[in-house]
Amino acid sequence: MIIRGDEPEQIRLIRKLYKPGNYFMQGDEAVSYGAIFAGCRFYAGYPITPASEIAETMARELPKVSGYYIQMEDEIGSIAAVVGASWTGLKSMTATSGPGFSLMQENLGYAIMTETPLVLVDVQRSGPSTGQATKGAQGDFFQARWGTHGDHTIIAVSPTSGQDAFWETIRAFNIAEKLRTPVVMLFDGVLAHTRELVRIPDIEEVEIAYRKLPANEEEAKLPFGDPHGDGVPPMPLFGHGYFTHVTGSTHKENGLRDVYTPEVHDKLVRRLHRKIEQNKDVYEKYEEHFTDDAEILVVSWGVTARPALGAVLKAREEGIKAGLFVPKTVHPFPGEGMKQLGKRVRAILVPEMNLGQMILEVQRFVNDDVLLKGVNKIGGVPLTVEEILREIRGVA
Amino acid sequence: MAKEIYSKYPLIKYLRKEALPTALCPGCGGGTVLNAFANAVDQLKIDPRDLVVVSGIGCSAWIASPYFLADTLHTTHGRAIAFATGVKVGLPDKKVVVISGDGDLAGIGGNHLIHAARRNIDITVILVNNFIYGMTGGQVAPTTPFGAKTTTTPYRNIEHPFQISETVAAAGASYVARWTTAHVYQLIESIKKALQVKGFSLVEVISQCPVQFGRRNRMKEPAEMLRWFLKNSVPISKAKKMKPEELEGKFVIGEFVNRERPEFVTELNKLIDEVQEHFGLKGE
Ligand SMILES: Cc1ncc(C[n+]2csc(CCOP(=O)(O)OP(=O)(O)O)c2C)c(N)n1
Ligand code: SF4
Repeated sequence: MIIRGDEPEQIRLIRKLYKPGNYFMQGDEAVSYGAIFAGCRFYAGYPITPASEIAETMARELPKVSGYYIQMEDEIGSIAAVVGASWTGLKSMTATSGPGFSLMQENLGYAIMTETPLVLVDVQRSGPSTGQATKGAQGDFFQARWGTHGDHTIIAVSPTSGQDAFWETIRAFNIAEKLRTPVVMLFDGVLAHTRELVRIPDIEEVEIAYRKLPANEEEAKLPFGDPHGDGVPPMPLFGHGYFTHVTGSTHKENGLRDVYTPEVHDKLVRRLHRKIEQNKDVYEKYEEHFTDDAEILVVSWGVTARPALGAVLKAREEGIKAGLFVPKTVHPFPGEGMKQLGKRVRAILVPEMNLGQMILEVQRFVNDDVLLKGVNKIGGVPLTVEEILREIRGVA
Repeated sequence: MAKEIYSKYPLIKYLRKEALPTALCPGCGGGTVLNAFANAVDQLKIDPRDLVVVSGIGCSAWIASPYFLADTLHTTHGRAIAFATGVKVGLPDKKVVVISGDGDLAGIGGNHLIHAARRNIDITVILVNNFIYGMTGGQVAPTTPFGAKTTTTPYRNIEHPFQISETVAAAGASYVARWTTAHVYQLIESIKKALQVKGFSLVEVISQCPVQFGRRNRMKEPAEMLRWFLKNSVPISKAKKMKPEELEGKFVIGEFVNRERPEFVTELNKLIDEVQEHFGLKGE
């Protein structure tokens, strides 16, 4: 489906500019190229370590594909501009890190309430506050989930390498477009600054999704209705004469504010939840390695999933039946997959670069008779294969 | 009764009827601003389909969204201009207008206001300055006059009011004017000019909030507030010859700047053209 009419031109430009092949690049650059391949045409941001290279790459590359880069006065303005641009039909994104992510929370909630597709990349760094500004961490797991106020849903994805970052960024855009919702990408400072080989594919290999547009005037008049029963209203873009009213206040299906009728709020917020719950197939993703006969399960995400895999491989060499479960979409947590595995294993280890966040999600889905243990490290240095292996041996 | 009055109002075609009557208090200056804006749109023969109106949070933010019948974006408190920036980049051929309050645009949103003026992005801002936080119950605002009483300055305000138009003019806007709701015709003319200027334009409207400001400052009736505006308004030409002490408590009205400067979205698109030319990316 064509949103603005210039998509074929963008694909022509991408094909001309980016030859398929292996490139040596930083994780931040891989995110940027992923965004461009997904059709991102608008980026607004504010510099912050370790996310700045995303801004720098976008500032350099976006004009080449007829896209817009704006450096805003702060992070609040950045995500606000991204929401505004998205309502004109531009695929839009912003990227930031810890303190900037905190500043974006109010408008992230606005994007959820107004069902505005966008991608927000949070390159996690050490905190609280300014913390170790240049060091990576995995401490924003719950800020992504509960950072904004109210009874909201959220989808968050998290890549495990530079190559993965390229594809996960594309997937984040596609989820945002298909479900008309903001998608958070939890990246981290370690991967953001690591240079590694990333294969840039031919654009033919990339699935590019576009938001649903109103099929007729009737649908356009109900920008927050549910005409298809999938919880996802077609989005009447600004500038098409629909006279659409968009508000972050509780609104009826026609967009008009009604903050007094309990049923209106109930209906809206429950639909926002249902939209996410009933479209699991659009976003749910996790990887399993050696889980078939595993007795000890390592559950890990993002940057830590890599030494975790190394540790599992080494454990297998030692004859320990270890396996690995990696949620790629971390919110909503792949609870069903976790539950099934939890029934089959004796012990679960959860290595993370924090003092224990995702482990709380794991705990919700496993029984008490399973030994559950966090492997936690903070200070800006990633966990090593050896550190995780030692813990596996400890419970073997 | 009310319905009959509405049906006689010729500009009703610009309003979202299902959202009426407005939630504004009787006598609120917001109605005058809405009327002036509708008149300006009508006189310029702007098709409302070519308008996107953005507002923040506050009584004044409601003037345009939901009441004005166009694409309307009712955003978070203080951030309207930042949202409008994204809209303008996406729809450079539409007129993007922000209507909101002084607390919204110059208090919490002050940073966006001065930077949009500096960037000179082609957005028209109509800032309703009623000296108070109306919606939240009459707390002190960045524009509250020195010495005035509010719910959070029960003894008197010891801060100095923000000179919004002067600041935005200095920040680099293409067009800046200030009027009061007692200067309706001048206000309409200024809104018309602002809508036609290519660049950032601000029309500051000093407006009455009899309920939250007037009532606590011996001006319970809207008319008393309008008389206060008229009595204390000084045209900018005259103000230039006056000393700062003489201008204390006065409202300087008129056009502050009207100039041409490179506009942001035009420059952004020019830059894209240059880059594509440079890398040989133009369509074959
Ligand atoms: C982040 C945030 N802080 C505070 C508020 C509460 N709030 C709502 S409207 C408002 C002030 C509105 O004042 P102004 O912009 O001058 O508009 P008026 O109501 O006077 O027209 C405030 C502080 C909010 N909605 N959001
Ligand atoms: S409180 Fe003041 S600003 Fe708000 S609607 Fe009433 S009179 Fe107008």
